Amino acid sequence: MATLMRFVNHSFCSRMGHRSIALSCNSSVARAFGAAAGKPLPAKVKIVEVGPRDGLQNEQTIVPAEVKIRLIDMLSEAGLPVIEATSFVSPKWVPQMADQVEVMQGIHKKPGVNYPVLTPNLKGFQAAVKAGAQEVAIFGAASELFSKKNINCSVEESLQRFEEVTKAAKAQGVLVRGYVSCVLGCPYEGKVSPEKVAHVAKRLYAMGCYEISLGDTTGVGTPGGMSEMLEAVKQEVPVDALAVHCHDTYGQALANILVALQMGISVVDSSIAGLGGCPYAKGASGNVATEDVVYMLHGLGIQTGVDLHKLMDAGAFICQFLNRRTSSKVSQAACKL
Amino acid sequence: MGSIPSAVKHCLSYETLAQDYPWLARWLQEEKYGAICEFPKTVKIVEVGPRDGLQNEKEMVPTEVKIQLINMLSETGLPVIEATSFVSFKWVPQMADHVDVLKGITKSPHVKYPVLTPNLRGYQAAVEAGATEVAVFGSASETFSKKNINCSIKESMLRFKEVISSAKQAGIPVRGYVSCALGCPYEGHIEPAKVTEVAKMMYDLGCYEISLGDTIGVGTPKLMANMLQSVMKEIPTSALAVHCHDTHGQALANILIALQMGISVVDSSVAGLGGCPYAPGASGNVSTEDVVYMLHGLGIETGVNLSKVINAGEFICQALNRRTHSKVAQATVKS
Repeated sequence: MATLMRFVNHSFCSRMGHRSIALSCNSSVARAFGAAAGKPLPAKVKIVEVGPRDGLQNEQTIVPAEVKIRLIDMLSEAGLPVIEATSFVSPKWVPQMADQVEVMQGIHKKPGVNYPVLTPNLKGFQAAVKAGAQEVAIFGAASELFSKKNINCSVEESLQRFEEVTKAAKAQGVLVRGYVSCVLGCPYEGKVSPEKVAHVAKRLYAMGCYEISLGDTTGVGTPGGMSEMLEAVKQEVPVDALAVHCHDTYGQALANILVALQMGISVVDSSIAGLGGCPYAKGASGNVATEDVVYMLHGLGIQTGVDLHKLMDAGAFICQFLNRRTSSKVSQAACKL
Repeated sequence: MGSIPSAVKHCLSYETLAQDYPWLARWLQEEKYGAICEFPKTVKIVEVGPRDGLQNEKEMVPTEVKIQLINMLSETGLPVIEATSFVSFKWVPQMADHVDVLKGITKSPHVKYPVLTPNLRGYQAAVEAGATEVAVFGSASETFSKKNINCSIKESMLRFKEVISSAKQAGIPVRGYVSCALGCPYEGHIEPAKVTEVAKMMYDLGCYEISLGDTIGVGTPKLMANMLQSVMKEIPTSALAVHCHDTHGQALANILIALQMGISVVDSSVAGLGGCPYAPGASGNVSTEDVVYMLHGLGIETGVNLSKVINAGEFICQALNRRTHSKVAQATVKS
């Protein structure tokens, strides 16, 4: 028995010792990169480009379909693996996305690239599939008030609508991505509990979403809040099925993304030239710029498959059309004006 | 002793332990989480806007505006405000009014007002004008040193030695800067060993604190971590600061990794003023508002009142007739 207990202690302590060494001693570098957790930073990160949808839907100027198509084609050439093409919501709510069918049918679909589209309900899903969509996205919220103001129903009602979509999608072999907004704070409710976020994420995952994108919709989050929230969600959804969608409204996006990477997240949403925000969240502006995310990831030695120069060209193209300056600092630094 | 039966080994495996004792797995999770979220309790912010920020402005900022800015910053709780620079006005015309500024500001008893002094002459003028702390500015890049302060690294150390000797005699603390710590606009990549060499020279000469500057904001968190790991072997962490430029949007991420590694002094500039006139394309110190927002969100104490910093930023941007670079200010101030 004594031998057994010594063995238990040794086995346990050597495991603990290993962690303690990684934590306390040397490699402050390893510690900073989360290697103490036994997980180095991901070798690869998948970037989900949301500029053509999340970005453009917030622009006042209606962007013609051919410009959207050209943008998406340029983004495809830049090596992005996922490009959210458009949104099958009613044009009454989001006039910018009224040309959804034309865009969906007009883009050159590069083999190996996914082009998910937003579908708030069964009607939108059916229209999306008819227009050729092979992947759709549904958009929930961790805040009741935001849900009511953004999609006109409670969180529970929205989840029931989404279940209709996921059932139909499953029957037709269409992939579904789930979004949870307001994960680090709500413009109406203020603080949002990590448990609430985990609950909504779990429901979306259970109903068949292959990936859950956790969105800091108004960009209020800071790295501490991000890690606390991810810690809660990871108890319910495998980390490989999680993504972060950070807004840079308070300049915190890259720091939040870094912490997410340290916690094992390997899918990051971003928007070319930092286009977009949310028309329903007052004061919210600025998805994090894809160029700045890619710059950081490449600097960290993480593979993305993205060509930064081609990406910057796509950003320059859309900013020229919109007649405004890019929100990407990397692009600003490269552009000698 | 004898060998342990395989069945027993299996039962004593970590996975089985975790299954049978869920509290263990949770505890280890918390430890994992804790490692990523280990931050200093307090961070000292060194505000460089009035010097590093304004010296890069093309338009001459009137003395009274500089004084008002510094006075407003003195009310925010910022513990250190770099007030001006005793360089020759031929090099940096914006700082020609250094004596008037240093004499004109209302010095709060809770705030330090270091001034830049590139050489003994500047140091003497600074002390005569009432300076009680000075700073010297070295570089980890030979080319940058020659282009920025017109001499080699070795020559600059000789100059600093003179300043530090005199300062020591007068009981005046000296802060040291090392620029191009993560890259040089002329030389490109800078080896961490070179940064360490220069930082150590300055520390050994007598600088109480070394601020490591990513002068053109090219650095990313891995570069920051590698550089800090090298420097931390020679200089105590408590004597180190990071001075990040946000030229490529990487500043807060770089600061975060520095905090995780134990750094507890961060330089920043109100409204993100400034850059370096000697580094082509360089722009944008990280904004104090955005840094404070992140630190407070992390539960780190700074002693700084964010609203008052935002007000000071608003004031100077109005005077300069331009938009703040601070995202926090942009989100908060309804223009």
